[in-house]
Amino acid sequence: MLYFIEQCLNGVQLGMLLFLLTAGLTLIFGIMDLVNLAHGSLYMLGAYFTASLVAWTDSLLIAVPLALAATLLVGMVVEVVAMRRLYGRDHLDHVLGTFGLILFFNELVRLVWGPAGMTLLLPPWLNSAVPVLPGLAYPIYRLVIIGVTILVALFLYALVMRTRLGMLIRAGASNREMVGALGINIKLLYTFVFGLGAALAGFAGLMQAPIVTVQIGMGENILIVAFVVIVIGGIGSIRGAFVASLFVGIVDTIGRAFFPDLLRLMLSNEAAATAAPALSSILIYLLMAAVLVLRPEGLFPASSR
Amino acid sequence: MKTALSVRTICVGALLAFLMLLPVYCAVSGNYFLLTLFTRIVILALAATSLNLILGYGGMVSFGHAAYLGVGGYAVGILAAEGVTSGWVQWPIALVVSALVALVIGLFCLRTRGVYFIMITLAFAQMVYYVAAGLARYGGDDGLTIYRRSQFGGLNLSNKPTFYYLCLTLLLGAIYLVSRLVKSRFGMVIQGARSNEQRMRAIGFPIFRYRLTCFVIAGTMCGLSGALLANHTDFVSPAIMYWTRSGDLIVMVVLGGIGSSFGPLLGAVALLALEEALSRITEHWQIILGPLLLIVVLFARRGLDGLFDAVGHPRRADKA
Repeated sequence: MLYFIEQCLNGVQLGMLLFLLTAGLTLIFGIMDLVNLAHGSLYMLGAYFTASLVAWTDSLLIAVPLALAATLLVGMVVEVVAMRRLYGRDHLDHVLGTFGLILFFNELVRLVWGPAGMTLLLPPWLNSAVPVLPGLAYPIYRLVIIGVTILVALFLYALVMRTRLGMLIRAGASNREMVGALGINIKLLYTFVFGLGAALAGFAGLMQAPIVTVQIGMGENILIVAFVVIVIGGIGSIRGAFVASLFVGIVDTIGRAFFPDLLRLMLSNEAAATAAPALSSILIYLLMAAVLVLRPEGLFPASSR
Repeated sequence: MKTALSVRTICVGALLAFLMLLPVYCAVSGNYFLLTLFTRIVILALAATSLNLILGYGGMVSFGHAAYLGVGGYAVGILAAEGVTSGWVQWPIALVVSALVALVIGLFCLRTRGVYFIMITLAFAQMVYYVAAGLARYGGDDGLTIYRRSQFGGLNLSNKPTFYYLCLTLLLGAIYLVSRLVKSRFGMVIQGARSNEQRMRAIGFPIFRYRLTCFVIAGTMCGLSGALLANHTDFVSPAIMYWTRSGDLIVMVVLGGIGSSFGPLLGAVALLALEEALSRITEHWQIILGPLLLIVVLFARRGLDGLFDAVGHPRRADKA
């Protein structure tokens, strides 16, 4: 039972991470109608920046804000150089253009940081476990991820729904020309939104960095999972992204932890050992297929524009 | 119009003549590297041609087309590992399984539109990838070596020129099939649905069924390409359908010119030859290729095929 609770917490933590990624993706899609495959590259860059900055400054607390600023900057530069020209184009163009960006960033990282991955060590004060229940100690760091992401989610909500900037963003999403005609610099606004999405992706990357190896291609694998989340949650909806992220995170983690045992109950040992790894890694895709059959627009479709 | 046609005809004709005569050149010069490279190009051009059918003519932007390469390849690989080496058995099974997989994926994906479709096809392809990686009995992540190429009686696939000509014949057959298909009533419905789905629906066409049929045809054709690819490399691993491969196929289609019969072939030649050339300049060739793709998207949207129009008839290209 304790093991189950621990796995649930792991699932929540993965879900939170996915939320950081999908929030940026869905924000960019909802507002600029842009499919950004290179979102995973920004996630990767966030992780690499942090790993390097920690090595230089020797302090996670200094490295994190700097890395965030750096990804924000990279995002804004990418927007000005490339993305800006892709708004209003076919989705196929977005796919191709950002695919080109992925190739570019992956190779750039290989050039700058080398082909071997990096590891980011946690400072001692984060690298321990606290008892969350009698008999169950849980790593502090994972709890920190969960807590910080909830704060980010609240911040996003407040930003979009409660500030003047958020009002402009929402207005820009429903009628770009009108907002421009009212004297708002819509181009700058879009650059900012893209940068915000990039920073969110970078944040996800830097949070995940101490848990996994920082390596080339880390962004793409999680990006595809993020797509699954978006399909389940409904595109353009941040609330949907939040719920679906948790859902997918928990299902994936629990599936990997318990599915093999479950199979062993039903099948012979050998058959279960063969089928389990494949089946538990496709669980979320099956979930996605099921959602598609029942609700083709996702669980929380954004109100139509 | 007439000049545009002739520029295109000349270029395509020259390319075809080159492809036909390549083995002769290789035999004379004794340099078989080019033949190996072009066998690969021709095989991937076949996959791109199949993608062009749904993407170019049908407007279905599938980002998971490499999955069928994997299915076709694994069908051959698994059968070979189990001792079934006859091509007469392997290839039909590869085609049927690819068609079935395309049918299932299409049933789910074609319920959706636009960005959803892109993401979902990608996700399904990833799922197929994980299934293949989980096949511990057949090498899992590491893949599966194929010790004997498909056996076709008198046809020896291990002979490089023979295999090359087989691939080329199949490619040209596929290009012919697609060009006939899109001119048929079926193809008109598919293209009509791309331009205006509601109108086609209002006329009374069951669009979903038409699209699904088209999707399955493309998947099957790509499965054939997978069977060829497995034979070409004597090896099959999940990497054959890694998601970047799907991206490559889209790049080929767009680079060649969307919705033109020979476009995918031109695109495949251009992309893979470019990769080969760039990789000789620097090992970090992707840092050049990436921005290049972006530039093509931004400024040369109609690909090489559009370039022919620009050469033959500048004004027409401007308007488009």
